[in-house]
Amino acid sequence: MAISNKLINSQTNKEKTGNDKTINNSKAVAIVGTDAVSEAMRQINPDVVAAYPITPQTAIVESFSQLVADGLVKTHMVTVESEHSAMSAAIGASAAGSRVMTCTSSQGLAYMWELLYIASGLRLPIVMPNVNRALSAPINIHCDHSDSMGARDAGWIQIFSENAQEAYDNTLQAIRIAENPDILLPVMVLLDGFIISHAIERVEIIDNDIVSKFVGDFNPPYSLLDSQNPVSVGTFDSLYGYFFEFKRQQEEAMLNAFKVIKDVGKEFGEISGRHYGLFESVGIEDAEFAIIATGSAAGTIRHLVEDMRSRGIPIGMIKLRVYRPFPAKELAEALSGLKAVAVFDRSDTFAGNMGGPIFIELRSSLYDLQQRPLAINYIYGLGGRDLSIELIEKALGELIDAARSGQVKQTVNYLGLRE
Amino acid sequence: MTANLTKQKTSTKLKDLVKKPQILTGGHRLCAGCGAPIAVRQMLLGVPDNVKLVVANPTGCLEVSTTIYPYTSWNTSYIHCAFENAAATLSGVETAYKSLKEQGKIKEDYRFIAFGGDGGTYDIGLQSLSGALERGHRLIYVCYNNEAYMNTGIQRSGATPMGSWTTTSPHGNSSSGKKENRKDLTAIAAAHNIPYVAQASISHWKDLVRKAQKAFAADGPVFINVLSPCHRGWRFPMENTVEIARLAVQSCAWPLFEVENGKWKLTTKVPKKIPVGEYLKHQGRFAHLFKEENKDVLALLQENVDAEWEKLLQLCGEAE
Amino acid sequence: MSWDIKGIQQWGWKKHPAGAVIKDPGNSRSFKTGGWRTFRPVRDEEKCSQCLICFVYCPDSAILIKNEKVVGIDYDFCKGCGICAAECPLDAIQMVDESKLNK
Repeated sequence: MAISNKLINSQTNKEKTGNDKTINNSKAVAIVGTDAVSEAMRQINPDVVAAYPITPQTAIVESFSQLVADGLVKTHMVTVESEHSAMSAAIGASAAGSRVMTCTSSQGLAYMWELLYIASGLRLPIVMPNVNRALSAPINIHCDHSDSMGARDAGWIQIFSENAQEAYDNTLQAIRIAENPDILLPVMVLLDGFIISHAIERVEIIDNDIVSKFVGDFNPPYSLLDSQNPVSVGTFDSLYGYFFEFKRQQEEAMLNAFKVIKDVGKEFGEISGRHYGLFESVGIEDAEFAIIATGSAAGTIRHLVEDMRSRGIPIGMIKLRVYRPFPAKELAEALSGLKAVAVFDRSDTFAGNMGGPIFIELRSSLYDLQQRPLAINYIYGLGGRDLSIELIEKALGELIDAARSGQVKQTVNYLGLRE
Repeated sequence: MTANLTKQKTSTKLKDLVKKPQILTGGHRLCAGCGAPIAVRQMLLGVPDNVKLVVANPTGCLEVSTTIYPYTSWNTSYIHCAFENAAATLSGVETAYKSLKEQGKIKEDYRFIAFGGDGGTYDIGLQSLSGALERGHRLIYVCYNNEAYMNTGIQRSGATPMGSWTTTSPHGNSSSGKKENRKDLTAIAAAHNIPYVAQASISHWKDLVRKAQKAFAADGPVFINVLSPCHRGWRFPMENTVEIARLAVQSCAWPLFEVENGKWKLTTKVPKKIPVGEYLKHQGRFAHLFKEENKDVLALLQENVDAEWEKLLQLCGEAE
Repeated sequence: MSWDIKGIQQWGWKKHPAGAVIKDPGNSRSFKTGGWRTFRPVRDEEKCSQCLICFVYCPDSAILIKNEKVVGIDYDFCKGCGICAAECPLDAIQMVDESKLNK
């Protein structure tokens, strides 16, 4: 059944959704994560979507194709012959001044790799949900973060989602972030394959007109179709060498993104009751030790952390939402004074016992602190390996031991690996 | 209903064509005597009046020489993305145009044209090209074909003829140059059943401009394969670029034809076919074929050209 | 849009247009390639029949046209390849050694 029909049958939401006021402009539906994303895409109503199917993202392309077929969006869809061409067409369409989206997973994202750099280098605000899935080999269709982590230096803003609601919310916010004149960078919205993409959850869909107003119109910085101002895009930096200067501009845009992401998150809170920042803290102010996690695992971990806190254990948690740009300064401030932190990574770097990417970057962020917390890394869930409560409890036990003894037994740990 | 491209009446008289705006300006840094800008200039003489244009390039000689930041030689909108994706990139531009035009945000009529070398077209860009042709975008893809990777320094491509020396198909005691025949990309494009496919040569400018005019009139994808000799890679004096292309046509090594709405037609007849050796002997890349030990290769090349020519005549209904 | 690139080699990173996008179409006309030439094409006006063949084969858009006639060669851009001289059906263009012209 098309999602739009589900919406018509759903109840108007009148409950108290935020911590500050009653929001009366949304409808709650029970949908899978891919439909939450395609629903956001329907409301964004982009000029162009170029996409190619890949498990577990496929359902987004399918739902959106139906929306196009039903005339519910103005979007022209390019059903390309590969992810490489999906991103190429997205780049062309964005350079032509249109609002463009695509979506992918895993091998598809890897196949786009060179073009990710081109999209950011050309400063094109393309928005792309990526349904996180392991990279081959061996081929595996389940969730881990190795695909998007492989693109972490590609100059894209990367925002993780904890659940279907956040996937929907982040997709809407991503448009505003990408197209901000101080940023003009592509944005990847990340949601865990199957765990989020294929699980049915309660999702609040904001009313169309409110979303339209929030998203607004796209004012491209340049366009191939501006007949009064023809442009040459994708020029060659050759004999003189200005490449370095352009890369510095990209870094500046990333620096600007910290504020813009927070501003957009705040504004989104005003229409939805759900406020967003760079990361979310649970009890970090009075914690002695903390867990840092991202994606769907944060939900499980939060549940456990809150339970422990109710039993008087001084634990806190940070759910990392924005991975690019990496909020190093804010994280260091939040974690300053803690005795130990455990960082959960759903991908490895194969760097020789350096740990996962979040761990490496978080540990580097803590370096300048006068009193650094001890840092332990847990690599978990590769290729969709389940992260059970027992495994998290095992890690928490080790974290507490480290905090009390002042010593880390083993820095990089594989959680749930069959030894 | 498909448009009859032959019926449209546009002048191919040079007196009229010189009035056209110069879309590729001087100040580009392609080699002196390069065939590529000749192909581009002749193609762009076919741009209808009162339309706007977006040009795309894959990575290649033309791209790196015409858009050296902070200079551009393109007097129109231009995009380069990567090596293997000019067709996909341009299909995105064309789709944005359709979307924005439908929404009333763009008033002008636009045309879209890509110029790619044979490396970016026959080889690494073939998938992207095939996808764009199959999807039916209204865009023109022109291969300026110099039969090897010239931008990286003369390496063999899928367009390099058998027997040719390149830096990755050198001749030596165990080799007489490239072992394999080139692929027939024009026929591959035609197999997509698109409105217009043609093979052209910079030497036959009138034929090329006529094909360009048809290309811009076609309401769907177009592929044109233009022989554009590279004197650096083919090893001949730079002033002979056009003449070498002419010999390719006269020897039937590069026949000129078109496939309009599925109908194959020879556009330049060759009443006096010259031996292929007369075309090859002026080029250093084939010099080794004129040694005694390689005469079999030369003979095989002639056989191949004859067979291909016969096949083409059959397709065009010209066989005796 | 005219774009002033004076002193660009010394520009700081903030001054460059984002994405290296050039908004001044055809501005390579301010980059002269005439200095590449070793031989210069010289037209014999009397021999020229105004067939315009040189125009259609010039790789450097360097054949100057006015009122549908060739009026000269743009030596700012002509790289001296000699295609015009080779293709001229009436031999109305001669390639002359630049070094001898300068003497």
